[in-house]
Amino acid sequence: MSSTVAAPPAKAPKTNRLGLTMKEYQGAESTLCAGCGHDAITSSIIKAFYDLGVPPHMVAKLSGIGCSSKTTNYFLNGSHGFNTVHGRMATIATGANMANRHLVNIGVSGDGDTASIGLGHFCHMVRRNVHVVYLIENNGCYGLTKGQASATADKGTVMKSGITIQSQPVDLCALAIEMGCGFVARSFSGDTQQVRTLIKAAVAHTGTAVIDIVSPCVTFNNHEGSTKSQVYARDHEEPLHEMDFIPHYENISVDYEPGTAKVVKMHDGSHITLKKLEVDYDSHDRLRALELLSHARNENLFYTGLVYFNPDIKPLDEHMNLIDEPLAQLPESRVRPSQEAFASIMKTFA
Amino acid sequence: MSQAVADAAKKPATSDPWQQVNDVVIRIATPNGSGSQSANNALMRSIFTMGVPVSSKNLFPSNIQGLPTWFTIRANEHGWQSARNRTDLCIAMNPQTAAEDIAELQPGTMLICRESLKALVKRDDLVVYVVPFNKIVNTVCDETRLRKMVINMIYVGVVAHLLGIEFDEVEKAIHWQFAKKVKAAQLNTQAARAGYDYAVANLEAQTRFVLKRSKAAEGKILLEGNQATALGMVFGGLTFASWYPITPSSSVCEYLTGYMDKFRRDPDGKNTYVILQAEDELAAIGMVLGASWAGARSFTATSGPGISLMAEMAGLSYFAEVPAVVVDVQRMGPSTGLPTRTCQGDISKAYYLSHGDCKHILLMPGNMKECYEFAMESLELAEQFQTIVFLMTDLDLGMNKWLSDNFEYPSKPISRGKVLSAHDLSQNGTFARYKDVDGDGIPYRTVPGTDHPGAAFFTRGTGHTETAAYSEKAEAWQKNIDRLARKFDTAREKVPQPIVKNESGAEIGIIAYGSTDAAVVETRHILEHEHGVKTAYLRLRALPVGKTVQEFCGSYKKILIVEQNRDAQVAGILKSEYPELAPRFTSILHYNGLPIDADTLVAKILPQAGK
Ligand SMILES: Cc1ncc(C[n+]2csc(CCOP(=O)(O)OP(=O)(O)O)c2C)c(N)n1
Ligand code: SF4
Repeated sequence: MSSTVAAPPAKAPKTNRLGLTMKEYQGAESTLCAGCGHDAITSSIIKAFYDLGVPPHMVAKLSGIGCSSKTTNYFLNGSHGFNTVHGRMATIATGANMANRHLVNIGVSGDGDTASIGLGHFCHMVRRNVHVVYLIENNGCYGLTKGQASATADKGTVMKSGITIQSQPVDLCALAIEMGCGFVARSFSGDTQQVRTLIKAAVAHTGTAVIDIVSPCVTFNNHEGSTKSQVYARDHEEPLHEMDFIPHYENISVDYEPGTAKVVKMHDGSHITLKKLEVDYDSHDRLRALELLSHARNENLFYTGLVYFNPDIKPLDEHMNLIDEPLAQLPESRVRPSQEAFASIMKTFA
Repeated sequence: MSQAVADAAKKPATSDPWQQVNDVVIRIATPNGSGSQSANNALMRSIFTMGVPVSSKNLFPSNIQGLPTWFTIRANEHGWQSARNRTDLCIAMNPQTAAEDIAELQPGTMLICRESLKALVKRDDLVVYVVPFNKIVNTVCDETRLRKMVINMIYVGVVAHLLGIEFDEVEKAIHWQFAKKVKAAQLNTQAARAGYDYAVANLEAQTRFVLKRSKAAEGKILLEGNQATALGMVFGGLTFASWYPITPSSSVCEYLTGYMDKFRRDPDGKNTYVILQAEDELAAIGMVLGASWAGARSFTATSGPGISLMAEMAGLSYFAEVPAVVVDVQRMGPSTGLPTRTCQGDISKAYYLSHGDCKHILLMPGNMKECYEFAMESLELAEQFQTIVFLMTDLDLGMNKWLSDNFEYPSKPISRGKVLSAHDLSQNGTFARYKDVDGDGIPYRTVPGTDHPGAAFFTRGTGHTETAAYSEKAEAWQKNIDRLARKFDTAREKVPQPIVKNESGAEIGIIAYGSTDAAVVETRHILEHEHGVKTAYLRLRALPVGKTVQEFCGSYKKILIVEQNRDAQVAGILKSEYPELAPRFTSILHYNGLPIDADTLVAKILPQAGK
């Protein structure tokens, strides 16, 4: 996105560096249940994009089907949005990314949308390293079809219907790491500061950035015994670090005691700072990340933060050896080979 | 069986009154994967470069090695290219099928068979040429591995002698075939030469079937439909393709990859396109929709099973009005069916693909040139109508080699339909995504990245208003779905129109489409010249149908609708369009997996003409 943003104005209290107000990053009014975790995430998205000063017309909002997928309508009114079909948004994102590699793609999905019906496409999108910020608003159930269990519901959970979950949950973070993702994070919709920081860093990341956010369904999965309820998430959240994001257009001046924080440089010149908390954790260590996730699953722990980060994985558009201009905008002279080329092909059939 | 062949079998004459010049059907039976393809192509090409029109049908199993295949070459001065149900010269190389291959032949047929299969020839009404292939190949090379690869070239030489193909042409064809592999070309030429020499020295000449230099195929080209389709995409300005391998469509994207790699690079070596192999057909069509939505010209190619998987996305494309092109190279279904046999069984499925009220534009090319032209046209129509367009070919068109007139470089500039730029938006003021501004049902769209505050809109598969806002209101829904019907009606006269051959005084009008055209053209000729039955002909080239079809159906007492499916799919569509004309319709159906031939068609049509 660095190529698409203008220089920041000197000082503008109520506007961002593009001179846009927060309002210009908002969307239609939400029609979700009052208190739904998804709405909190929507607010965090609005703030993150406002903070970054992303030009709304360069954003593509993509989603599948579900309460979570509806939310792309509730932020960034000035951006094109595509509410697609259930479980297939990853494929739409792949095509959109190839058509115009300068777009900032933000995909919003649910745990049903991604971990149940769309699991295959999710894996393939990640392994291709499509340039997209991919958020999963994870409530352990299908909100829109009234609370059935999804594939991320933890084993042993008693659903509101009384059904006890017998199967292993799909851990989308572990899966993303396994598939070669370079930006994998977990968070909680109620931890708005962390979600907002993670989204900003994800937008600055090149390639697929997966953020799995526990986002309680207050209507169908907020009871005792659910590991995706508000109370459970709030009480169990254990941040891996205190995270900060310094965009490429701001000067970095970090001053931490040696050994207490890590400063990570991103490809676009932005920085992430990770200040050490209780857990001694290194987001660059892939095996450590998988081990942590496995441990968390076994012990029902809820770690949040940047679980794994590796800025050096080539994204799909680079693998495709693509020209810089969007394919979508090429003139006829660039997409229709010449008469001579035509004649040379015809010769091979004669 | 033709009387001529039977008579000739009884008394082979020296100055043969039944001699057929440039009219022969050669059938070659080999095991799959035995390398016969280069021999068959060389044989075919040597006839082609003598100026004689040729075409071929490759009947192959769903298998990589071992199962039987039959390759049929038809040389015909008139340029008839459809399948034949007769063989004039059979080459029996496959021990698995030889007994049956031989038993099926009509009396008088020439048979070239390996020495080891001689004992299987238990009839005396064939003209048999026993050829010691193994012995001959031993004189060509001494490596067992190489012998296996070149043994088939021997029959090319034998046939050349028997039919009068100039050996020069054989040699040129082999060199063309092996292009830069000089050693392979030399060895294969030696093998063909050895076969030729053996035949000259040992086989009695025949005079029934003769190939002579001609001008009939001059200036023509020889290629497969999937190649032509791929070329149409290249010159149609395609920028994004996504696909999942499936016979018989895979070669569309494989050819495409070759062409794009060569012709669609910028001077600095960067690609002006993307071709992605998806994880399945759900993803392939999803990527196409994503790319189209973001403004790229996109397509995918598949066959029946893939079409089934694309159903949900087809509805999204139709309803959210996102362009997409799907090439369906049809094969025999249902289910996995006969993956290497042809049919026209996906027509109604594709026409109505997805749930709810859905109708789609289908283009149905009938020859190589149309595969090329309609591929370009499908890209145009998809963007101009902002919807999914199906290009319906089939295995027969797609994977067999057909003779064609030369293609022409596109004369029309690319037109991307009603897309508003930032500049347009500043001039127009307002923009309502789903408003029928022009009365043709086709609204205006914008693509992401358009730098204007009014450009953005929300694309969704759920109910929406003219301004693309979510709505469950009854009137909004109905208004929108009625506009979509109006858009479909606009398409009726904008899609490739039928080709009509009226015939005054005829009672019968034939309607056909796609690959059956070749057989229908030949059938009409036979009906008229051998049976005195004149017929009119409308070749349907697209759905939805328009005025021309209605007029044609109203002009003839009997409308025979020829299709390669069991359930008369196009007839069903025509009946629902024109219920008042339905009593005139009779279906002529063929659905055994093999392409229809003129003899079969003639036999089915004659009773309709009271004969
Ligand atoms: C092919 C298909 N099958 C089923 C549905 C019904 N459906 C709509 S949303 C949904 C589940 C949504 O769950 P999730 O993605 O977790 O989102 P949430 O509503 O919980 O935010 C289902 C099964 C559908 N729309 N399409
Ligand atoms: S049903 Fe659940 S997920 Fe859906 S809006 Fe209500 S609280 Fe949110």
